[in-house]
Amino acid sequence: MKAVIMKDKLINFFEMLGLTWATPVVKISTGEDPREQLFELGRLIGLPLLAIMFFLFAWAGIAKQIDTSLGQLPGPAQVWEQTINLIDEHKQERAKEAAFYQRQEARNQKKLEENPDAEVKIRPYTGKATFIDQIWTSLITVFTGFLIGTFIAIPLGIACGLSDKLYTALSPLIQIFKPVSPLAWLPLVTMVVSAVYVTSDPMFDKSFLNSAITVTLCSLWPTVINTAVGVSSIDKDLINVGRVLRLNWYTKVIKIAIPSALPMIFTGLRISLGIGWMVLIAAEMLAQNPGLGKFVWDEFQNGSSNSLGRIMVAVLVIGIIGFILDRLMLTLQKFFSHDKNAVLR
Amino acid sequence: MSMNDYLQLSKVTIDFPTKNGPFRALNQVDLKITEGEFISIIGHSGCGKSTVLNIVAGLHQATEGGVILDGKEVNEPGPDRAVVFQHHSLFPWLSVYENVELAVKQVFKGQKSKQQIRDWILHNLELVHMDHALEKKPSEISGGMKQRVGIARALAMQPKVLLMDEPFGALDALTRAHLQDSVMEIHATLKNTVIMITHDVDEAVLLSDRIVMMSNGPSATVGDILDVNLQRPRDRVVLADNADYNHCRASVLKFLYERQKSPQTSSVSGVDSTPTTKPVKSKKVA
Repeated sequence: MKAVIMKDKLINFFEMLGLTWATPVVKISTGEDPREQLFELGRLIGLPLLAIMFFLFAWAGIAKQIDTSLGQLPGPAQVWEQTINLIDEHKQERAKEAAFYQRQEARNQKKLEENPDAEVKIRPYTGKATFIDQIWTSLITVFTGFLIGTFIAIPLGIACGLSDKLYTALSPLIQIFKPVSPLAWLPLVTMVVSAVYVTSDPMFDKSFLNSAITVTLCSLWPTVINTAVGVSSIDKDLINVGRVLRLNWYTKVIKIAIPSALPMIFTGLRISLGIGWMVLIAAEMLAQNPGLGKFVWDEFQNGSSNSLGRIMVAVLVIGIIGFILDRLMLTLQKFFSHDKNAVLR
Repeated sequence: MSMNDYLQLSKVTIDFPTKNGPFRALNQVDLKITEGEFISIIGHSGCGKSTVLNIVAGLHQATEGGVILDGKEVNEPGPDRAVVFQHHSLFPWLSVYENVELAVKQVFKGQKSKQQIRDWILHNLELVHMDHALEKKPSEISGGMKQRVGIARALAMQPKVLLMDEPFGALDALTRAHLQDSVMEIHATLKNTVIMITHDVDEAVLLSDRIVMMSNGPSATVGDILDVNLQRPRDRVVLADNADYNHCRASVLKFLYERQKSPQTSSVSGVDSTPTTKPVKSKKVA
């Protein structure tokens, strides 16, 4: 009995994470009709594997046919090679950095030994940003932009959902700003940031702010709209319960409006993060802000025989990270949805 | 104030605005209810029986006339007139216990200690036999159980009058019978004043002290009131052969099907008898 509950919990956990293929694995390990479960496993893992194999072969075949000014279009093998290269470069860079700090410390130590009152300087390492550094920069930027957007979008969406008048008033503005491309926002954002953000000791790089704010401006809207719809479509009976209980405005918002709209809010957030990630790469590319977009652009300008392979690595990594971010949000969405039977994909 | 005036509806009239001018749903509804009485309001669908309940609840405002409960005029919704809605209306993200807790904490804020609040929640869930599922979410329990929790939540507000809007309408016959028995048991224990909207003749006769029969709309009003003088506690199986019971049943049926034909067959040409628009009251939270 206990084992059965454990099993169900495990299966629920994996399905929550979107790892549906783990279900048959759990079932096999608990001795549930192995043949049927193996068949299920074959369906859930085998079919996608088949499709990926087909894609790789097609890619390899087509790539050989295309000659560019930078040499042949790289196939899967060359891309794999470049992946290893990029990771090695990262390791080398880190080793250099460690060595730099070690030298610096040794030097400072020596200075102090000679003269205990000597002023020692600690300089930061200024090496080239590697591919993996760029991934981190991009992730930090996208989450910053997304969080700023969320802090604006959810309250705005709740306000719009609560007040028909406000929604009617703001709706045209929302509809107009929603489809604007990041490339159109970017020059404006850049100019405004350099005009407004003037300090002698900046906490953030301007380029970082430019990308993050562009992400905010583009990813804000789905959350605003979904939150507004979620809040305005609360079950009328639930509102009447609130009226009978004479809940004050604040309690109604906290105890009824927000929990009831939560699944919709997370749907909006999931779309917003997806858009944010897409927008970020374009913004980084155009504005030469650090991040994956800049990496792609630099490689393109570099024009070595390895460049196309390295760009393809970036393309795949961008895709995989986007996929992981989406799964992450889907898991949150499932967790906060009170209708656990709803099919979300 | 006489015993008979605990809850008093006087000349309650309500108009709903429509494109073709105001639609009069209720006209001059008069009703006096004694403390502890169980009243059913029965009528064809669209006759405005739920509207009567909503006016008593304060969810709708009468255009003319008014409601006086225990010497005070009703102007807005409040926990002294707790409502059991047809579709349970439990908060889906809260557990059974938390659903009742939300109401208890709001109503008895500053009056009960933490322990007293907990005891009161459990007491009310015991009354409806739902104390075994405290941590369950509404999506994990059956329709009948949800309605039981809805009743517990309403009872926990310790209302002066309990309003039930077709509380068993969405349930299957067996579940409905169980719940009717529970409601009779609770009424016997607590002696609370109840108004129940129903379209089920057997239910009305079995549960009520008096049955208010509504005429068809538009301009619906109280058509007739039937006293049900059956001894309590009542047993549905025993009553099936009881002459008084069957007489009551027959009177209600006669009213509904002879004096008030179903609105579909009796509607005046050109006038739709069912209101298509709900009142102008805002449906928003704010």
